[in-house]
Amino acid sequence: MIGRLIKYGLMFVVLVLIQVLVLNQVQVSGYINPFIYILFVLLLPVSTPKYLLMVLGFLIGLSVDIFLNSLGIHAAATVFIAYIRPLVISSISNREEDRNEYPGLRQNKFLWFLSYTAIMVFTHHFILFYLEYFTFSHFFTTFLRILLSSVFSIFVIVLSQFLIFRE
Amino acid sequence: MRSLIRYLLKNHAFVLFILLETLALAMVFNYNSFQKATYLNSANRVTGKVYTIYQSVTGYFGLTKINRELAQENARLRMLLENKPDFTDNTDIIFLNLPAFDSVYRFIPAQIISNSVNRPFNYITLNKGSRHGIKPDMGIISSSGIVGVVGQVSESYSMGLSLLNQRWSISAKLKKNGYYGSLIWQGTDYRTAILSEIPLHVDVAIGDTVETSGYSSIFPEGILVGTINGFSEPDGENYYSIQVKLSVDFKNLSHVEVIENRARPEIEELDKILRDDRQAN
Repeated sequence: MIGRLIKYGLMFVVLVLIQVLVLNQVQVSGYINPFIYILFVLLLPVSTPKYLLMVLGFLIGLSVDIFLNSLGIHAAATVFIAYIRPLVISSISNREEDRNEYPGLRQNKFLWFLSYTAIMVFTHHFILFYLEYFTFSHFFTTFLRILLSSVFSIFVIVLSQFLIFRE
Repeated sequence: MRSLIRYLLKNHAFVLFILLETLALAMVFNYNSFQKATYLNSANRVTGKVYTIYQSVTGYFGLTKINRELAQENARLRMLLENKPDFTDNTDIIFLNLPAFDSVYRFIPAQIISNSVNRPFNYITLNKGSRHGIKPDMGIISSSGIVGVVGQVSESYSMGLSLLNQRWSISAKLKKNGYYGSLIWQGTDYRTAILSEIPLHVDVAIGDTVETSGYSSIFPEGILVGTINGFSEPDGENYYSIQVKLSVDFKNLSHVEVIENRARPEIEELDKILRDDRQAN
């Protein structure tokens, strides 16, 4: 229990720092801005109670918001994906034996993890970017940003699963 | 009542979801009032410390460029001084003799510890705070021009709105004839902003210099903003839409100066009297 607490606590801090100090400083191009801190929400054990998922999602979103001075938008997007997470997991694992306590790449099939990540990242980015620009006047430009950033985020998240977080 | 409680307990996840989303969206839409709580912006102690450590590591990479800029600015300032006819080498006398010297403004040097250019609302974090005399609404400039304005201040850090932030605009004028308008960033390209409200009869040419007008108490008059890059005459309007190429390279910014206007309390008092007067009538 304590070990788990330390592990996820460390993951929380490291992901926020990577997000604000690396990914937000190195701007790949005007269109791409990956957000990978939601990996924290993705990797919490499947048996985590719903309320805890959302509270933790809110906290990590708010931490990123405070660093980026974008109060509220990351918190809103992350709470939303934390809320839909149980639904996403149950809808993409069609057989009972597919389900694993840990939704990481090592414990699951590659395709399962990829679709799980893709759905969560795209939903998160969709809410995040439209909330940030808060206008539909540049609908397609914003949509392009969402698509490119999502692809990049998914890539970084899957890659990180190969490199670290393997225990 | 009991059934309501039972309903809430049964759907606690959904209720919590609505509560947290409402809280988050309330923060988005009441942005300013929430951000006044100084711990909810990047000027707080933890984020300030983190950004400072980061800056102390990455700051080394740009040193060559910074040194070159400082040398250039030194040369420029020295040239200005030497060309003043009544210049003598005694610093006390400089202040007395320079006719244009305006002791209203004081400059506080600061370093940028975090910055962004690709969001619709970009902010900068500075490594100086109220301890060093920085207060909200002071202007931020660099050696190449106008950078932004201070928003929130904590004890040793401050957060500022960069010029690349659609939440504010500045009053800017054309250097050659003094016509002024307002300059707003459009949220797309970090190198250009749009100057509007310049009437169509004014002579405008590509390459003209745009500078601050001095009509706000934030910036002194004549600080460089940029040069005109192109302009158009929108249909059915009496004003130009002028593209201004910003003189500051926001992607490559490290040392800035914060401007304190000592006459500001007085100006604000006058403004307040005017406002109250208008409301009374």
